[in-house]
Amino acid sequence: MIASVRLASNAFRRETVERSEVGCSGMARQVTGHAGCPHRFVPARRETQIGRSTYAAGVSDDDLVRRLRSGDESAFEEAVNTYHSSMVRLAQSFVPSRAVAEEVAQETWLAVLKGIDSFEGRSSLRTWIFRILANRARSTGAREQRTTPVDLSDEATVDARRFDAGGAWSDPPAHWPDEVVERLSAGPLVAQVRAIVARLPEGQRAVVTLRDLDGLSSKEACDVLEISEANQRVLLHRGRSRIRAFLEDELAKR
Amino acid sequence: MKLLTLGRDIVCKQAVELVTDYLEGTLSRRDTRHLEAHLRACDGCDEYLRQVSTTIKVLGSVQPEDLDPETRQGLLDLYRQFRDD
Repeated sequence: MIASVRLASNAFRRETVERSEVGCSGMARQVTGHAGCPHRFVPARRETQIGRSTYAAGVSDDDLVRRLRSGDESAFEEAVNTYHSSMVRLAQSFVPSRAVAEEVAQETWLAVLKGIDSFEGRSSLRTWIFRILANRARSTGAREQRTTPVDLSDEATVDARRFDAGGAWSDPPAHWPDEVVERLSAGPLVAQVRAIVARLPEGQRAVVTLRDLDGLSSKEACDVLEISEANQRVLLHRGRSRIRAFLEDELAKR
Repeated sequence: MKLLTLGRDIVCKQAVELVTDYLEGTLSRRDTRHLEAHLRACDGCDEYLRQVSTTIKVLGSVQPEDLDPETRQGLLDLYRQFRDD
């Protein structure tokens, strides 16, 4: 099957708002249910569902927006310090180079300054800025014709050869010792992971970047990329699966 | 990534497809029960879920590149130009 992974402009659906909230409590329910068996892995909710967030999103939005509207230069500087690097990283999902991503981010700041009076606060400031950026990056990327059809036929979560005819593991994953993961996370592995994320097809890259690198909720990621929640989950699933497979290969070498 | 209708005894190949929906809390209650029953019985899939969670943790440690002073200054110049127009 040949399909383009370019993000379709599915209209953002209001019901996804409530849905993602359900997602968190659903997670909590599952964690509790799973914790009944002490020898089994229990996902830590904040690490898996939420990811790391570098911002206290929403906390100081009102104040920052008010200061931006009043023309306070320090507010603009604060917004740049908080968001610019992540904006460039997200834009790179859609455009061919860092330089073009910087241009897109710069255009986005101008659009933010021009549009800040019309910001209604229905989403967080970060989501609003990221959505402007993603729209611009997508149209710029389309103009530069970076998008190429991607063959999805090999998009299995795990290589099919690792299962037997009945669908059970014939080559199960080897245990990853915690201390090895800890050690590698602090070192060169992170740089490698960054490079592998950069090689994901653009939709997967954008979703993994927003969800797992920036720590946005699924609702926020859908809002930024204007995709359905189901589409977002498929892209997240494929992206994470590829990164896991990469880490598995790397850990097997050490 | 849901595969058709899942029977009570799901196999590993199906279980790995459900991991994201499970972590997102979007799996139906029925499928959640079936997956958890499978995870309790299957070391390979339990390890797989653990690895996906570790993967998410490692991804969370990837920081964006630092904002260099030149870029920051360029943006401030842009701001002043905008304000003065």
